[in-house]
Amino acid sequence: MSLVFYLLAALTVAGGLAAMLLKNTVHCALALTVAFAGLALLYLDLDAQFAGFAQLLVYVGAVAILVVFAILLTKGSETPKDGVFSHTWLAGLAVAAAVFAVLAWSILQSVSRLPQAAKAPTVTVQQIGVALISRYVLPLEIVAVLLTVALIGAVIVAMHEKEGGAQ
Amino acid sequence: MLGEGILKGLAETARNFFGSYFSAERLTTVEYPEQRIAPFEAARTFPFLVYDGADWQAGLRCVSCQICEKECPPKCIFIEKSKDKKPDALGKPQFYPVRFEIDISVCMSCQICVEVCPFEAIKMNTEFELSTDDRFGGLLLNREQLAKSNQYYHQIHATEAAEVDARLAAEKAKFDAKAKGAADATVAKAASAAAARAGEGA
Amino acid sequence: MIETADQIFVLLLHWLVSFLPASWQPVASAVLCAAVIVCLFPALFALTVWLERKGLGRMQNRLGPNRVGPFGLLQPIADGIKSLTKEDIVPFSADAAVHFLAPIVLVVTVFMGFAVLPMGRNMVLVDLDAGLLFYFAMGASTELAVFMAGWSSRNKYSLLGAMRAVAQMISYEVVLLLSSVVVVMITGSLSLTRIVEAQSHYSWGLPHWYIFTPWGLAGFVMYAIAATAETNRSPFDLPEGESELVAGYHTEYSGFKFALFFLGEYVAMFSISGLGTTLFLGGWSAPFSFLTWVPSWIWFFSKLMLSIFVFIWLRGTLPRLRQDQLMNFAWKFVLPMCLLNLLVTGLWRFLGDGWLRWVICSAILLLAYAGIALGEQRRKHIGPRSYRYAE
Repeated sequence: MSLVFYLLAALTVAGGLAAMLLKNTVHCALALTVAFAGLALLYLDLDAQFAGFAQLLVYVGAVAILVVFAILLTKGSETPKDGVFSHTWLAGLAVAAAVFAVLAWSILQSVSRLPQAAKAPTVTVQQIGVALISRYVLPLEIVAVLLTVALIGAVIVAMHEKEGGAQ
Repeated sequence: MLGEGILKGLAETARNFFGSYFSAERLTTVEYPEQRIAPFEAARTFPFLVYDGADWQAGLRCVSCQICEKECPPKCIFIEKSKDKKPDALGKPQFYPVRFEIDISVCMSCQICVEVCPFEAIKMNTEFELSTDDRFGGLLLNREQLAKSNQYYHQIHATEAAEVDARLAAEKAKFDAKAKGAADATVAKAASAAAARAGEGA
Repeated sequence: MIETADQIFVLLLHWLVSFLPASWQPVASAVLCAAVIVCLFPALFALTVWLERKGLGRMQNRLGPNRVGPFGLLQPIADGIKSLTKEDIVPFSADAAVHFLAPIVLVVTVFMGFAVLPMGRNMVLVDLDAGLLFYFAMGASTELAVFMAGWSSRNKYSLLGAMRAVAQMISYEVVLLLSSVVVVMITGSLSLTRIVEAQSHYSWGLPHWYIFTPWGLAGFVMYAIAATAETNRSPFDLPEGESELVAGYHTEYSGFKFALFFLGEYVAMFSISGLGTTLFLGGWSAPFSFLTWVPSWIWFFSKLMLSIFVFIWLRGTLPRLRQDQLMNFAWKFVLPMCLLNLLVTGLWRFLGDGWLRWVICSAILLLAYAGIALGEQRRKHIGPRSYRYAE
């Protein structure tokens, strides 16, 4: 529980809270990106290099852009005239507190069952690669098929719209 | 082959890049104002008044007929005719302009004044570095600023000036011949009258 | 003596840091290295701006700037002073916080990429095991800054420019990653120092750089295309071309913030050239075995400046690609070639040493290239133009 951990935790929590409480949807998306980055830094603090960089590459580089595009292409990007915080902030805060309480209780319960101060094993990228190809090859292939299906579906949806618009 | 155009383009720009250090055709910049291109003979900017000889007031060809002032489309020439007459190059007494001003901020270099002048007095100059910081009168050129010698005219428009000079010399020769013929005729008439008178007297 | 010249910066760093107490030394060393990077690459940026203007001028049969200082060398300083003293205009309806943060995010993420580039023997700021992945993670964050800039200006045209820029960057990011993966496949490690070390062997005086292999050459060409598109350089500079959407996503920026965008673009160019050098051109290793006495960092920066010159050369030669042409090119031509290259690299690895693998791999790549070229030609019906007049 070092100083770095507290700082990163504060950053992540602040990002998450801002994502929930702000009125301007694009600001919320950007705050969510800060939360993702905070998570990635926490992974790096735990010496999980691959997970941290993959989190940055995938979440900040792709998912955040996706979220922002989705907001822009719908009506959510209309900027509110007044106020910084959304008017449902109390409800959001309550829900967040409830979820946090449940998760914290379950984690604290499980932590007390684990042996204390076990040094986490450093996992190299090579070990991850070997595990993916040998032990986890079926989930890898299923995920690949899922991604291909999603890509083809997106292309079909976009094509279909264009045809419909042309008619 | 796909990509061939790109490679040819890259070769051409490389040739340009390395050639610009060696050949003048691959570096066409003229660094004005340290280097200048000589003006072409047919270049024109704004009009000027031609004078023959050394003294600009005595040799000014303009006789203040005011045709150019009337024909100028944007009306940028302002002429004031004199009250007295001065002898011109041919010896005939002519009017002269007391005030001849051209506003070159209005002049559009159409050359109509040059085309209509019957006395070859106004021609087009090639000077363009005329900017001034006097906003209200700096671009109104007066008689003295407009008068340039015939040698200057030869310098800037050689063939045109030679042709004009030939024409003026031919006119002068015709005028002289006519005057001489008239003088010969009067001399002959006087001689024949004197002979007739001498014949009658004898 | 040669060793000293090669390691001079490392020795200098150790000597400077030795003045501090031992517990502070790692932090001080990292801070000093980072400070050097932050000072060096903007200086290189100023030099590159001058080089670009003069180089482009010569390619276009004219002189570049030559009035400010001898040969115009002080022109970047004049440009810098101009940028810093201009009024900083923020549109009234712009989103002030995001508008302010966008250039900062761009510059920060771009500079982070330098942390893993080995600029000489033992001269890498952080020797990460997953160095390549770190680099691409930082590159991905750059797109976010571009989007932030375009959206916060509250200007339709900026937003359009930003969307186009982000679409382009995402498409070519895929190409960039796939063309780098072949290097990882052969080296067996994501660490950039290992990749450079694997290329710094010589046989018959010639180096083992990956560009001298069929898959490496194909990978390098595709990496170069993707790098040009990632940094929004000509011919892929539609999002920021001056004759297009004014200045695209940085239209509404003036003064120092615009200078930061400009700086960010050029430093991204350095960073991606540096990565390309590391992956394909052998990083800090010398081209011939008899030239290894020249310090390693000189080789790295020479190759970097060579790449910059190629960027400038491309800019002076090629016309701009339209957005749909650019995207077609990425998804329909470069990406299939990238995937084929992956296959060919796998074949290379498992065919074992010898001339056979050279022949087979080169043949596959050339056939694919020729096949695609023929297919495109036939589809396009390139021939004399035919006209149809109105009746």
